[in-house]
Amino acid sequence: MTVESTAAARKPRRSSGTKRAGAKTASQPKASEPQLVQLLTPEGERVKNDEYDGYVADITPESLRGLYRDMVLTRRFDAEATSLQRQGELGLWASLLGQEAAQIGSGRALRDDDYVFPTYREHGVAWCRGVDPTNLLGMFRGVNHGGWDPKTNNFHLYTIVIGSQTLHAAGYAMGVAKDGADSAVIAYFGDGASSQGDVAESFTFSAVYNAPVVFFCQNNQWAISEPTEKQMRVPLYQRAQGFGFPGVRVDGNDVLACLAVTRAALERARTGQGPMLVEAFTYRMGAHTTSDDPTKYRADEEREAWEAKDPILRLRAYLERESAADEAFFAALEKESEALGRRVREAVRAMPDPDHMAIFDHVYADGHALVDEERAQFAAYEASFSDSGAGAVEEGK
Amino acid sequence: MAVQKLPLAKAINESLRVALDTDPKVLIMGEDVGKLGGVFRVTDGLQKDFGEGRVIDTPLAESGIVGTAIGLALRGYRPVVEIQFDGFVFPAYDQIVTQLAKMHARALGKIKMPVVIRIPYGGGIGAVEHHSESPEALFAHVAGLKIVSPSTSADGYWMMQQAIQSDDPVIFFEPKRRYWDKGEVDTEAIPGPLHKARVTRTGTDLTLAAYGPMVKVCLEAAAAAAEEGKSVEVLDLRSMSPIDFDTIQTSVEKTRRLVVVHEAPVFYGAGAEIAARITERSFYHLEAPVLRVGGFHAPYPPARLEEEYLPGLDRVLDAVDRSLAY
Ligand SMILES: Cc1ncc(C[n+]2csc(CCOP(=O)(O)OP(=O)(O)O)c2C)c(N)n1
Ligand SMILES: [Mg+2]
Repeated sequence: MTVESTAAARKPRRSSGTKRAGAKTASQPKASEPQLVQLLTPEGERVKNDEYDGYVADITPESLRGLYRDMVLTRRFDAEATSLQRQGELGLWASLLGQEAAQIGSGRALRDDDYVFPTYREHGVAWCRGVDPTNLLGMFRGVNHGGWDPKTNNFHLYTIVIGSQTLHAAGYAMGVAKDGADSAVIAYFGDGASSQGDVAESFTFSAVYNAPVVFFCQNNQWAISEPTEKQMRVPLYQRAQGFGFPGVRVDGNDVLACLAVTRAALERARTGQGPMLVEAFTYRMGAHTTSDDPTKYRADEEREAWEAKDPILRLRAYLERESAADEAFFAALEKESEALGRRVREAVRAMPDPDHMAIFDHVYADGHALVDEERAQFAAYEASFSDSGAGAVEEGK
Repeated sequence: MAVQKLPLAKAINESLRVALDTDPKVLIMGEDVGKLGGVFRVTDGLQKDFGEGRVIDTPLAESGIVGTAIGLALRGYRPVVEIQFDGFVFPAYDQIVTQLAKMHARALGKIKMPVVIRIPYGGGIGAVEHHSESPEALFAHVAGLKIVSPSTSADGYWMMQQAIQSDDPVIFFEPKRRYWDKGEVDTEAIPGPLHKARVTRTGTDLTLAAYGPMVKVCLEAAAAAAEEGKSVEVLDLRSMSPIDFDTIQTSVEKTRRLVVVHEAPVFYGAGAEIAARITERSFYHLEAPVLRVGGFHAPYPPARLEEEYLPGLDRVLDAVDRSLAY
């Protein structure tokens, strides 16, 4: 800070007769004011960005087609899950519709040895990690609470309790740093989650311990029925500064920009420069979940405005503009999508209900006398209903 | 009209409406309680009629919700806060246990904490993880909190009125799988005391004691037992802290047998407390040990196993038979 500016800051500034309260409001940017890193316009035009172009310099027509394929297949899978819920095959589904670019862009920025902490909506990230989509559906069908081994793909279980996983990510990253590894951690969370104490604490821990973690917020403008104004008064990415690390807002419907910005953030983390907050500015095109009715709280016009910024249409426009994909590619992808839909449908319908005794499985790693006792009592109780098991039941519960 | 047939959710909604209408200090706070009217629509229409200053969509932060409710109560308000689901109360557990419950005692009675915490609880709706918990014992263990749970629409209406009028913090557990069950509500009735149990069905051979979602199951069990010639009395405890032991004792000294039923895990649950107290009070009247039916010492299972996990009619009848066989 120069001497000049210090002097200027001391001068009273009430000259224009502006009311103090008014001036204060005017100087606060609104949470919805987009100041985005964007590499592709909604029309699919590539725009220059000195800071981030370097992070996607290696992108070829083939890798662009790969990103496009990821987004299309993710959307297809998501649509299939929604319809499976409608058919009663799933109890619930949280759709990622509209957030494909944020998830595929960030997901494809990761290395295999990086570790991901998702919410419950990161189906696109799961796809990038190689988690079989049908594995995601077990918990939504109600046959398990998360049916994959997090270590197989370095993709943690979905976390439903809002914000909790950000602290796990900070801790995992602290461990990575202790081990001297150069891998990074990414924590996904929502605009609503940003209000949770756990999230603030995770920022504090990762800043204090310089943990190699990227906080990736998908600001999809809504937390069930609450717009972002109910969660924050300054754009979220600016919050990072107060914790001592940088924050950036990226166009969350621009897959290239999401890829570039996440790569930059991961690079910082890997090279010992600590955490970074990425706010992907996007939109939840569908309901919060299949249990939700958004007509109660938001206008159709808002959705329509965001439709014009669709992440998939945008990349398609760019691919066509660059002649990076031909009709044969799109036709083949269409076929692949349908096959994926079919595979998911069949896999879900074939998913067996869990054995009743699974209630008592894995409660403890080292066992517990009461669990053993209750398991035995319950088995005897269940057997008492079958012809063979009729007889006296000693059932304590 | 004074008597209306209402679903439980609507009865609570009407009760909140009356409270907002009659006491300008009453506030509703929570996630999605405004425009959406709550995920179960318990606060439906209230923001429209009372404004955003009275029915407040809060940031997504349960510790913040309860912590600021404490501050508002210190300032003379009577906040009624909603925790969206049972499994999401835990970020607020610290504020509830270390602050809300103890404030009155620490201030030597000079401060009152008229805060109501509404929690839809229990299973049976086919939900994903953290949406089916019965954590009442975790709160009942804490001195300074009062804990109630209505099982009928009339109780939903009247117990909410009384909870809001209480100068102590009340955790109001709403049995979410009964939200849609209809019952008569007389809005001109004179309600009994908030913490008194009710004999819901009289009988002579055995007493079933339950609260919240399990009252209905126990009434069904009593009806089934009656067909086999067994006369079962059913108590709706209504309050888990304090517990109306007098009513239980009176019933047990008549029937000589007691089975306590709840969805919450049996281990360290309300049934354990009731069994111990009734054994102390009525040892010589008992013909059988007090039995308990409830959840297992295991996490609430995925939805496709909840029918097995939840104590249903057969599990209750099984305990009835075992008690009678003593
Ligand atoms: C601690 C906690 N409180 C409340 C909920 C209920 N709930 C589930 S999702 C949600 C909104 C989340 O909004 P946001 O963080 O923006 O993520 P999005 O759903 O938009 O992806 C709420 C309130 C919860 N799951 N956990
Ligand atoms: Mg959101």
